[in-house]
Amino acid sequence: MIDFVLPSLGADMDEAMLVAWLVEPGDHVEYGQIIAEVETDKGIIEIECWHDGVIEELLRRPGPEKLSVGTPLARISVDEMEVVPRPSEPRLPSAPPEQRPPRFPTQPPPPIRHLALTLGVDIEKITGTGANGFVTREDVRRAARKSAPRVEERPLGKGRAKASPLARARADELGVDLESVTASRADGMIVEADVESVGAAVTVPEDKVAAMRKAITRSMSRSKREIPHYYLATRIDMDRALTWLEDVNSELPITKRVLPTVLLLKATARAVRDVPGLNGHWLDEGFRPSEPVHLGVAISLREGGLVAPAIHDADTLELGELMEHLRDLVTRARSWRLRGSEMSDPTITVTNLGDRGVDTAFPVIIPPQVAMVGFGKIVEEVVAVEGKPAVHSVVHATLAADHRVTDGHTGGLFLTALDRLLQQPEGL
Amino acid sequence: MTDNEHRLHLLEQMLRIRRFEERCAQLYQAEKIRGFLHLYIGEEAVATGVMEVLEPDDAIVATYREHGHALARGLDPGLIMAEMFGKVEGCSRGRGGSMHLFDASTRFYGGNAIVGGGLPLAVGLALADKLSHRPRVTAVFFGEGAVAEGEFHESMNLAALWDLPVLFCCENNLYAMGTALERSESQTQLTLKAASYEMPAWEVDGMDVEAVAEAARKAAESVRAGGGPHFLELRTYRFRAHSMFDPELYRARDEVEEWKHRDPIEQFRERLIGEGVLDDEAWGEIEDRVHEEVDRAVALADAGTWEPVESLTRFVYSEVAP
Amino acid sequence: MSDVIAPPETITYREAIREAMSEAMRRDDRVFLMGEDVGRYGGCYAVSKGMLEEFGPERVRDTPLSESAFVGAGIGAALGGMRPIVEVMTVNFSLLALDQVVNTAAVYQHMSGGQFNVPVVIRMATGAGRQLAAQHSHSLEGWYAHVPGLRVLAPGTIEDARGMLAPALDDPDPVIIFEHVGLYNLQGELPEVDGSVDITTAQIRRVGQDISVVTYGGSLPKAIDAARELDELGISAEVLDLRVLRPLDKEAILRTVSSTHRVVIVDEGWKTGGISAEIAAIIAEEAVWELDAPIERVCTAEVPIPYARHMEQAALPQVPTIVAAARRLVGR
Repeated sequence: MIDFVLPSLGADMDEAMLVAWLVEPGDHVEYGQIIAEVETDKGIIEIECWHDGVIEELLRRPGPEKLSVGTPLARISVDEMEVVPRPSEPRLPSAPPEQRPPRFPTQPPPPIRHLALTLGVDIEKITGTGANGFVTREDVRRAARKSAPRVEERPLGKGRAKASPLARARADELGVDLESVTASRADGMIVEADVESVGAAVTVPEDKVAAMRKAITRSMSRSKREIPHYYLATRIDMDRALTWLEDVNSELPITKRVLPTVLLLKATARAVRDVPGLNGHWLDEGFRPSEPVHLGVAISLREGGLVAPAIHDADTLELGELMEHLRDLVTRARSWRLRGSEMSDPTITVTNLGDRGVDTAFPVIIPPQVAMVGFGKIVEEVVAVEGKPAVHSVVHATLAADHRVTDGHTGGLFLTALDRLLQQPEGL
Repeated sequence: MTDNEHRLHLLEQMLRIRRFEERCAQLYQAEKIRGFLHLYIGEEAVATGVMEVLEPDDAIVATYREHGHALARGLDPGLIMAEMFGKVEGCSRGRGGSMHLFDASTRFYGGNAIVGGGLPLAVGLALADKLSHRPRVTAVFFGEGAVAEGEFHESMNLAALWDLPVLFCCENNLYAMGTALERSESQTQLTLKAASYEMPAWEVDGMDVEAVAEAARKAAESVRAGGGPHFLELRTYRFRAHSMFDPELYRARDEVEEWKHRDPIEQFRERLIGEGVLDDEAWGEIEDRVHEEVDRAVALADAGTWEPVESLTRFVYSEVAP
Repeated sequence: MSDVIAPPETITYREAIREAMSEAMRRDDRVFLMGEDVGRYGGCYAVSKGMLEEFGPERVRDTPLSESAFVGAGIGAALGGMRPIVEVMTVNFSLLALDQVVNTAAVYQHMSGGQFNVPVVIRMATGAGRQLAAQHSHSLEGWYAHVPGLRVLAPGTIEDARGMLAPALDDPDPVIIFEHVGLYNLQGELPEVDGSVDITTAQIRRVGQDISVVTYGGSLPKAIDAARELDELGISAEVLDLRVLRPLDKEAILRTVSSTHRVVIVDEGWKTGGISAEIAAIIAEEAVWELDAPIERVCTAEVPIPYARHMEQAALPQVPTIVAAARRLVGR
């Protein structure tokens, strides 16, 4: 005995009404015989039976009720065991018609439930308008329209600060609140650079200048109190270096030209690599040397005060790169846009007071560093060359170093190395 | 093969298509086969007769109602059924389905489901043969509905203009889906359209497999001999609806019954019995053989496997350089 | 050995394509050219001028005005073992063959489960700018780029015009080459005479730091001119030439955006649903956190292309509109 179910006649057919039976109980049916007519959205279609056998019972009467695909319509006792696999859905209960629940259906069929799910509507809360309170597609759609907010109720880009995605990501990284960032652009959009400036400012309290004075006081007092400084100075002939630099610069566009200061910075960064004990920090446990050379550069600010941010890995940078870093650092320092890491990172610092007309500088070491190098201005002086007086460009270089870590001997080696490097500028 | 053996073979071929497709309808209703399913029942004599006269290296371009052509061309019924089940063992790896059966080994170029779309393709296949001096025929099947398409006229003109070896097989079953011929064509005599391109054309009784084979043989020989393209109008009728989900509002039940009296299988069977070529026992043997074959096809399709979803994006671009 | 150094060869975009086709036909008997007026007339844009004399009417084959039939025949011939080059006079007429390209060429490989591939090359002129009005000025390459199964190329340089055809013919799948009408007279030197190029990647035509201009085909020269102007304003623009519209070189797009953080997309197609929309979506999906400004698109105004010169020019992307978009993004 098998169930004859409402067949699926097309991918777009979910249900149909039974219009007529063309057979009665007791009739013999044959393979391919048309036994019923159903009405679909497309019209009336004849449906055929694919078994030889006898109709035992008709389970459904013709009527306006919409039946889902797979609903048993009749029971057929088949002549032989034919195999018609029907795997997909569980079989519906095949209780006799009179014992069925009086109201049909208690549950909307799967396609309707699926529609409700898709539209995010709770189907239990919908009052059906179909036959027997049946929930129709239109009921579901109506409910969906009611519950969805209208488009015009949605905010239109006014909800939050107008920041570029990159600025937003950077702000997140620096812990900057975008609401506190002022856009530098006329159109009010916050870009990465705006966030960077606030990010740096976050480390500087409100009254920046006064705060900086306080910080310098604290740092320098500690230096003079704790660090036993010793000082060494030497005069370095700059003739070769300047001639070489002039040659190099003549090949470059103006914007890319390298200043003599950059030569001095590079030579310093390289020299500390050759002489141990000057590059690093004095910590509680004593001196901790640093492998990378993060060269601090003292920069005086227009508002007064001084910062000495680091150029990272200065010993490895090409002169052109070093120049760019220096320019960038000075620009940002003077607009108070330095990053926290740049402030705390230096492993040794250089001060160049040449542009202030100073001949020789005597630096005060910035703790916890253990050495600082000072340069005066490059001046023409009379020097002895092979026993005869000659006029050459020279610079006075000074080393202030921490006696807890090194002695004058080390300092001397450093200044000698510095001189040697500047005599071979092409090696820089 | 003697002449009579050959005739029995034609009968069996038609029956194979009939039984195979009846099973398809059944499996469709059981939701084993999905998508569109267009059955060829009633038109079996056309594909059977034409395919009979083609050589192994000839090319075939068919439509979306092509199960019959694929079977008659010799594609394995199991691989066709597996294709309709969507299994990876199918002749198109389950990527095509009922409308897109393909087989490189028999030069079966589909399974083309845009009406008229296969015609230019056939012209191109024939052009390649002509440029390479190969004596091959490209047979292209299309319904009378395609005659209204621009691609039909463009292709007929190009094939005739360039003298290409194409055999145009117009399967006139009187309805383009639900639109009757006289409701879609100002000139319903289709051979006149071929004549306007200076192309030899015949009207053939598409319900008589021997008449089809005879006409196809003449036409194919002429095409192969360098006679340029030929056109056959094969007058036939589909007994079932256009596709599975079709209440047939557009034609009278009487008309369908009328045509069923001309069932190509029944007619030919009676002719063979009348001539003493076939008896009930032999018929029973054919029925059994075909039944078994269809059972085997379904079993193979059932036992087939689903292609892993990971390979979804395969076969968009060639994987191996030719 | 000769000690005379030959001067670098100067050649037009048009001649570069012709040379590529002639070379391919000399090298491979399976290659032939077919299309409307490619033979006796010499090609609507004179691309195939002189080829009929060298190769004869079988291989330089004039077709009737039947775009669908001869494009379909090209597809069929490719399936039959040939290597056809089908010239569709312009993209505007290719709409009459769209069925064959989209419903046949692009899907055969897939719906046959990998049994049949279609090694056809379809060339067509595209673009506006010559006062040809609405029916002869379309830029619909984005439509074709929408379709999986096709490879879509847009040579924007002489080198690509010369070098893309050979690998396109070697490609086992259908390749569509869009030649911008404004480029046919472009003149330049070929870096290498027989250098075939790759047809898978985008290329940076100009390096820059502040902004990326992503473009292709006929808009490439405009983008480069715009970059030069921007340079004078102190804005350093990078120009990325997509070259291949399908499959898109996503990585190149993401890389340039990640390096400049600002992007202007220049496309002669319309914005809505176009290739520019696709590029913007890729950036939004995969590189949104790299953006330091919104994405700008400079595309054709959403109108059919008008005839009057000043109106047509106003509808199309131009150097000043590209410059203006770039300046908006940089805020200068």
